[in-house]
Amino acid sequence: MTYLKQDLTSVHEALVNGSQTASSLLKATYANIEQVDADVQAFLTLNQEAATKQAAAIDEAGIPADQPFAGVPVGIKDNIVTKDLKTTAASKILGNFMPIYNATVVDKLHAAGAITAGKLNLDEFAMGSSTENSAFQTTKNAWDYTRVPGGSSGGSAAAVASGQVPMALGTDTGGSIRQPAAFNGIVGLKPTYGRVSRWGVIAFASSLDVVGSLTRTVKDAALTLNVIAGHDDKDATTADIPVPDYAAKLGQSIKGMKIGLPSEYLGEGVDPAVAAQVQKAADQFRALGATVETVSLPHTKYAVAAYYIIASSEASSNLQRFDGIRYGFRAEDVKNLEDVYVRSRSEGFGPEVKRRIMLGTFSLSAGFYDAYFKKAAQVRTLISRDFDQVFADYDFIIAPTTPTPAFKIGEKVTDPLTMYMNDILTIPVNLAGLPAVSVPAGFVDGMPVGLQLIGKQFDEATLLQAGDAFEQANDYVDQIPGGAN
Amino acid sequence: MNFETTIGLEVHVELKTNSKMYSPTPVSYGAEPNINTNVIDWGFPGTLPTVNKGAYSYGMMVAIALHADITRHTHFDRKNYFYPDNPKAYQITQSETPLATNGWIEIEVDGKKKKIGIHELHVEEDAGKNQHEDDGYSYVDLNRQGTPLVEIVSEPDIASPEEAYQYLEQLRQIVQFTGASDVKMEEGSMRVDTNLSVRPIGATGFGVKTEIKNLNSFNHVRDGLAFEQKRQVQVLMAGGQVRQETRRWDPAKKETILMRVKEGADDYRYFPEPDLPPVFVSQAWIDDVTAKLPEAPAKRRARYINEWGIPAYDAGVLTLTMEMANFFEATVAAGADPKQASNWLMGEVSGYLNAEHLELKDVALTPAHLAEMIKLIADGTISSKIAKKVFQEIIKNDTDPKAWVEEKGMVQLSDPAKLTPIIDGILDANAQSIEDFKNGKDRAIGFLVGQIMKQTHGKANPKVVNQILMSEIKKR
Repeated sequence: MTYLKQDLTSVHEALVNGSQTASSLLKATYANIEQVDADVQAFLTLNQEAATKQAAAIDEAGIPADQPFAGVPVGIKDNIVTKDLKTTAASKILGNFMPIYNATVVDKLHAAGAITAGKLNLDEFAMGSSTENSAFQTTKNAWDYTRVPGGSSGGSAAAVASGQVPMALGTDTGGSIRQPAAFNGIVGLKPTYGRVSRWGVIAFASSLDVVGSLTRTVKDAALTLNVIAGHDDKDATTADIPVPDYAAKLGQSIKGMKIGLPSEYLGEGVDPAVAAQVQKAADQFRALGATVETVSLPHTKYAVAAYYIIASSEASSNLQRFDGIRYGFRAEDVKNLEDVYVRSRSEGFGPEVKRRIMLGTFSLSAGFYDAYFKKAAQVRTLISRDFDQVFADYDFIIAPTTPTPAFKIGEKVTDPLTMYMNDILTIPVNLAGLPAVSVPAGFVDGMPVGLQLIGKQFDEATLLQAGDAFEQANDYVDQIPGGAN
Repeated sequence: MNFETTIGLEVHVELKTNSKMYSPTPVSYGAEPNINTNVIDWGFPGTLPTVNKGAYSYGMMVAIALHADITRHTHFDRKNYFYPDNPKAYQITQSETPLATNGWIEIEVDGKKKKIGIHELHVEEDAGKNQHEDDGYSYVDLNRQGTPLVEIVSEPDIASPEEAYQYLEQLRQIVQFTGASDVKMEEGSMRVDTNLSVRPIGATGFGVKTEIKNLNSFNHVRDGLAFEQKRQVQVLMAGGQVRQETRRWDPAKKETILMRVKEGADDYRYFPEPDLPPVFVSQAWIDDVTAKLPEAPAKRRARYINEWGIPAYDAGVLTLTMEMANFFEATVAAGADPKQASNWLMGEVSGYLNAEHLELKDVALTPAHLAEMIKLIADGTISSKIAKKVFQEIIKNDTDPKAWVEEKGMVQLSDPAKLTPIIDGILDANAQSIEDFKNGKDRAIGFLVGQIMKQTHGKANPKVVNQILMSEIKKR
């Protein structure tokens, strides 16, 4: 069973009308994964045994017609904890970590009838833009196996784009859902910070991390958000505001909407062919009855620097708990307590994670805090204000998701700064805590590019409505990746 | 050269909540290791803290009782350091915006009153405990991990070890009377970190300070600080310099011993806790906590002295602990004379508790029974001698004193109609004693009273016996 030409609705229909059972669907899904993932290498761990039991139980209970996820296999990024299913964050330091509880998003998906097919590869602790920082394997771009799938949710994006699962959860700290979605020609939704619970998400940068989805269609993103959104008593940063039906406005006209196109997002460093696709998209929105005008987000140029200070500072603190004392990897033949700490962490973490821990530790150190962390926090406020000013007059913003299409495996891995600049167009959204969705926007040299729609806080509904309208106006969703080009 | 001393005290007080500061697990003392823990307390990947609002309210209670100003807009901060008893490798505390600032405590030393400033109070979580066992392994018990604490930091106003002692005594009392903490040094629900420096009188700027650890009672604090004060003066008088160091109090040798020299300040890399939203403390919240705050010990003392005529010293003893003060007030409320209640509590009750190493809550005595017994003495139903027997009964068992003295036949014989025939009988049989008395031998009365007591099995009311005896002798 490949999901290349399926969406949640078509899968659900097959289950409701009985042409598939949850068990037969799951079996076919694993058969396809076995074949496809030998090349793509998106999955780190499969959940075959437990999933099979879960599917049988769902068949036994029957598929409710109003539950689009009932009996549907999904993938979970491996920095989201799953009870009794190995969760590694793609790090050696958690190589054998078996959680005893589920993340809230996993519980919610299971309650909606979804079946966890397996855990998906990522850059170690979600730090990276290519999934090359995984301690375990290199995932391939679904359109070209010599190229990166993006990151850090590269496993999730490649799994969906290659038709292995119809939906995978990802996390987005600086673009980690949107960038791989763009690189793989699918839809990546990063909700508003506080819209989806982080309970059970292995923290990278707590003030930036958001759980979202990778799907083939905007509608599937809406259906997923319907399930995972909402206040959680276990996450004090979730907002206690009602969850609307995110699918309700799909198909409605966007005529009269005002769209901002920030000049800073089409400037230096952005591939002109990518910029051209965005201009083409702007014209399509105009054709749909919206107005598109150039706007300015003047502090954009400071976003990457501020982001790498804030995210690394929080990460340096969040990752201290991986100390070899209670769980996870502990170095052999240690002499004393300091040796446990130093050697477990030196041997357990990969180079990119260490780089960021050092960067963050430095930024928070006495004597440097004001010049680095505090200054970055002030920049963050300015970036939020930039967006507030635009949103006073516009319904949402469009921009390229990435400056270029997917690059080659190994191309940037030795040059961290160039790699960091790949996130320049997605990072400001995280700093401001806004929702954004990347939708397929055509191809450059045969590789997909993404259009990013950025919305007001908690206004995912408008983004999904507009993203759906754009999707319907194009045939990009029907394009199928070739893989082994 | 003359020196003056500056002492700083940082007091950690455990808040008496049911659950932990940032997780829903129960707080307990003395449970099996790691029983009261969950994934949050273990610092498991993916876990998040939530704020225990009840603990925060308790912290506010302490702050208000110490006259501090509550901070209205606050956030939590992370204090980063590695240690096995610190599972997240950071402690969630308040650094930039503490719970409250600018409080004070009034102390009295040598009859002089002095206000000691409190710089700030902040809430934070306790660490677990490391245990090093004989098998060569170290074990971690996380039961205590996450227990809510309030840290109370004094201004550099304390100028002598005796002032430090009084500050701690007042602090303990005030906090205990809020009900927010047990404040017991021996159980670790109150812990004291001290620092001390000396400088020539009139010097600007403070001297180099040393920290003293292992001060496990208020007496240790006083003795340790006194030793350290003397040591520093001796170092300076000998032309030396005090080093910034941490010293350990050895209560057996009665001296402080060098633990480590400090080079520069520790860098805890504080930054705002991103997992917890800022806290806004509304006026309504402050009002609510203030309304729930029990009466402070100083106010109670004034009330005992002014309304019930209790001597100042006694009022002080009765308000040493909230249990005693509450017991006293309940006894009075049950109808006992306040002075008698005070005498019994300070005398027999305290004596019993000290001898048996017990606390009020450990004995069967109730305010109602104590009041009942005091009333039985006052109305002459029992003698004060019998009362001591009754007391031994009611402190050990849940016995109603009135029913008990009746059942045991301990009720005093005070009725003249019953006593007079007995006394006449004794007088009839002891004509010689009457003669002796009339000849000035006072001792004869003692003999006669003894005979009467013997015949009544000690139940005769001595006061009434004396009256009847004298009038009957006169008749002869």
